[in-house]
Amino acid sequence: MEYEAVIGLEVHVQVKTHSKMFCGCKNEFGAPPNTHTCPVCLGMPGVLPTPNLEAVKKTVLTGLMLGCEINRICKFDRKSYFYPDMPKNYQISQYDQPLCLDGGVVLGKYAFPKDAQKDPIASAKKNVRLIRIHLEEDVAKSFHFETTSGIDFNRAGTPLMEIVTQADIASPEEAFAFLSTLQQTLSQARISDADMEKGQLRCDCNISVRPKGQLEFGTKCEIKNMNSISGVRRAVAYEITRQIQTISNGGKISQETRRWDDAAGQTYLMRTKEQAHDYRYFPDPDLMPMRTDLGLVESMKQQMPETPSMREERYMRDYALNDYDASVLSSDIDLSHYFEGVLNAAQGDRQKVAKAIANFIINDLLGLLGGADQTLADCKIMPEHFGGLVSCVDAGKISSKQAKEVFVEMFATGKEPSTIIQEKGMVQISDEGALESFAKQAIEANPKSVDDYRAGKMAALNALKGQAIKLSKGKANPQLIGEVLEKLLNA
Amino acid sequence: MELFFETLTGLREKLATKKVSPTEVLDALKKRVEAVEPSIRAFNHIDWETARAEAAALTPEDLAKPLGGVPVAIKDVMAVKGQPLTCSSRILKGFVSPYDACVIEKLRAAGAIPLGRANMDEFAMGSSTENSADGPTHNPWDTGRIPGGSSGGSAACVSADEAIVALGSDTGGSIRQPAALCGCVGLKPTYGRVSRYGLVAFASSLDQIGPLSKTVEDSARILQVIAGHDARDNTSAAEPVPDYLSGLNQGVKGLKLGVPKEYFIHGIDPEVEKIIRDAIQHLSDLGAEIVDISLPHTNYALASYYIVAPAEASANLARFDGVRYGARVKDGKDVIDTYCRTREKGFGSEVKRRIILGTYVLSSGYYDAYYLRAQKVRTLIRRDFSEAFGKCDAILTPTTPTPAFKIGEKTEDPMQMYLADVFTIAVNMAGICGLSLPCGFAAQGKHGRLPVGLQIIGKAFDEATLLRVGQAYEQSTEWRKERPACA
Ligand SMILES: [Zn+2]
Repeated sequence: MEYEAVIGLEVHVQVKTHSKMFCGCKNEFGAPPNTHTCPVCLGMPGVLPTPNLEAVKKTVLTGLMLGCEINRICKFDRKSYFYPDMPKNYQISQYDQPLCLDGGVVLGKYAFPKDAQKDPIASAKKNVRLIRIHLEEDVAKSFHFETTSGIDFNRAGTPLMEIVTQADIASPEEAFAFLSTLQQTLSQARISDADMEKGQLRCDCNISVRPKGQLEFGTKCEIKNMNSISGVRRAVAYEITRQIQTISNGGKISQETRRWDDAAGQTYLMRTKEQAHDYRYFPDPDLMPMRTDLGLVESMKQQMPETPSMREERYMRDYALNDYDASVLSSDIDLSHYFEGVLNAAQGDRQKVAKAIANFIINDLLGLLGGADQTLADCKIMPEHFGGLVSCVDAGKISSKQAKEVFVEMFATGKEPSTIIQEKGMVQISDEGALESFAKQAIEANPKSVDDYRAGKMAALNALKGQAIKLSKGKANPQLIGEVLEKLLNA
Repeated sequence: MELFFETLTGLREKLATKKVSPTEVLDALKKRVEAVEPSIRAFNHIDWETARAEAAALTPEDLAKPLGGVPVAIKDVMAVKGQPLTCSSRILKGFVSPYDACVIEKLRAAGAIPLGRANMDEFAMGSSTENSADGPTHNPWDTGRIPGGSSGGSAACVSADEAIVALGSDTGGSIRQPAALCGCVGLKPTYGRVSRYGLVAFASSLDQIGPLSKTVEDSARILQVIAGHDARDNTSAAEPVPDYLSGLNQGVKGLKLGVPKEYFIHGIDPEVEKIIRDAIQHLSDLGAEIVDISLPHTNYALASYYIVAPAEASANLARFDGVRYGARVKDGKDVIDTYCRTREKGFGSEVKRRIILGTYVLSSGYYDAYYLRAQKVRTLIRRDFSEAFGKCDAILTPTTPTPAFKIGEKTEDPMQMYLADVFTIAVNMAGICGLSLPCGFAAQGKHGRLPVGLQIIGKAFDEATLLRVGQAYEQSTEWRKERPACA
């Protein structure tokens, strides 16, 4: 029997703010243990929470970017359970009136793992619908030593966003694509660094399988403890296989929470449904309900940054870039800014120039950076210089082959392109008289190609063009020499 | 007259004119405390040394401030930096607050000296101060009787002249009921009027801090200092704070005072009813117009309160687990065992009863039937009052159905104990303000004299009218001059 998987994700994202969610302590990763604490985030007797507006704004912004409905009135609730990493033994969260509802994430082709990009689903622009996004406080971090445990409360009370999807995901690759798209969107908008390895983005997966075509859901298991996006892919793949095998062998899936062990490549039972908590949610009486419709949503709409997918679409629409180029240039906000900076500095037809810049960045620059173990921030090529180089090519002053050479030199030295062109004596010949003389020489030296051309073989023209450029020592403007050749041959 | 008999208003005059020094005031109070505290036991702890140092550090500018040099007794539920904060619970034994509550900051800024930790029912849960890990406080009018609660220590220390004035907290009557039973003035301000930052929460949507004092004017002076918006308390209101003293002596002529029929029917002591009727007549004689009103949902206030308050308490008290502070059993097998046994040993039975009750009503499957319904009843109670205030400026009721009962009399019957707050609870449920002041004595108890309190209920943020009515009554009667037997 053929089975299909049904997957929903619950993603926790640490919101990048100056202070914690309900007190004035710094929200900072990596400080010495228990140095960012106060009576409020330690749950001392008598303290009260004060909501962090910056965190509320960033959550609203996330909602707007992901196409959510922003709840007009939302509130905070208490979620009760006892655990040493929770100072009050209840967590301030949002239950039935979260900040954001609905919305979705479209899975772009290049968000999929490289080896899955050829899969038809990668090109389907599938929309994974969201159920909600809510804001809550993070818990402290426990450390277990040989005979004792320690708790670092620096993380306690830092703002945490929870993004919950519909069970729209059907494969480990889609889960991967969802998370990488989300990660890009959040980090580009500076909402979160969203680094899974640092715990800034944490993901629980609800997975079930059912015979293909069956409408009813199978019994689901929740998988926790993945600490990379590729880890999620592996864990989901493992769990789907485990469930299918269990059912095929006549077994039954029981509703439970399972822990992923990345080193072992397996999930293990953590707790069964019977051990599930009753969180006894109720509205937190310390916090007044919030109105979002009194200017908050409007002002956030105005501040809304372009998402990577919006930018990708704009590049394709305005500059006629192909989807691959547009997706690479949109994947990193710094790269996008760099690309647009170069484009602004370059002269010539927008679409032509944009394509030339995209080629330089994707085919040359990224490779050079990688080879030199550098990031864009280290790059010596000023966008103005880069733009100047592209303009030179566009204006026919140098050939694209020459330009590549100049580009490598610019990357190494940071020099202006005009300086390098002068130093190397690279001037492209565009003068018609000079070009005619190279063209005539090429025609005289290659009678066979001339015959072929006249017999209708267009490839022969390229051969003649190559000869003429060679005669000019590479300096002839390739486009113009082609035109001159045609004119002479057709005369 | 001994200094400790002074009212806040009288003492301030002496301090401002340098007739006495703050240190002399402390000395006088110390003498008084040493004399009567063995029979009253109003305090869990008094740090005379720190108070003396604070008194000595007061500058002439400080002494010119509204409360300059005045010691204020603090219920052991509000955080004072460097002082024990136990909420009369074993679970907070040894805990010292690392910070000042907002009200303490405000008192200090006005020149006052926080003095002493007043006894209370554990975590403010109770009506008799018998639920205290430190033992009960005794009523100064009859030491065989309870002082009321939960702010029993605050009421008793003011009544026995061990304090000039005190702060208490009121969740269902915890300021007004002990004030009535001890024969002093107690004011529960409107919810949001005074910051709760630094008040250990019992029921967050009901708790409010307020003064207990010897006169109405003294309460007005304290409220003036502690009222106002605080950014650290999200539920504190941005309403402007009026001048509570300027309108105090306007009298009651032209005011309409409502008398709800629902407050004079069941379980009320006939002597108490007569005293209250006399007080109402007296206000009528002073020129107030008395109007009959109805608060039809009064009967449901107690029941819905005992769902809402324990529900909130069950979460509020979850933090007392021995992990970060407070008492902890040493030999827990694991973390769950340590939690269970720490809380088992640390909490008294009334606190446990309410935690269990609150946990139950919030449980999945019961929430709608209990908590949600109780909140709906609360809306109806609030509506009752807003309709009533369409017909009157303030409402008059007894504060309690009976005078102080005997120590131990109701400890075995929680329901009887809960009924002690039957007239005060609706005010908290509606979030409005209430004042209790002495209006006579029942010929009961060891000395044949037990205080009875008149409750005046006001609109939200209209404490000024309560104080005005209270002042008119108080100044035209002699009750404020009565002193308890222990004097
Ligand atoms: Zn903090």
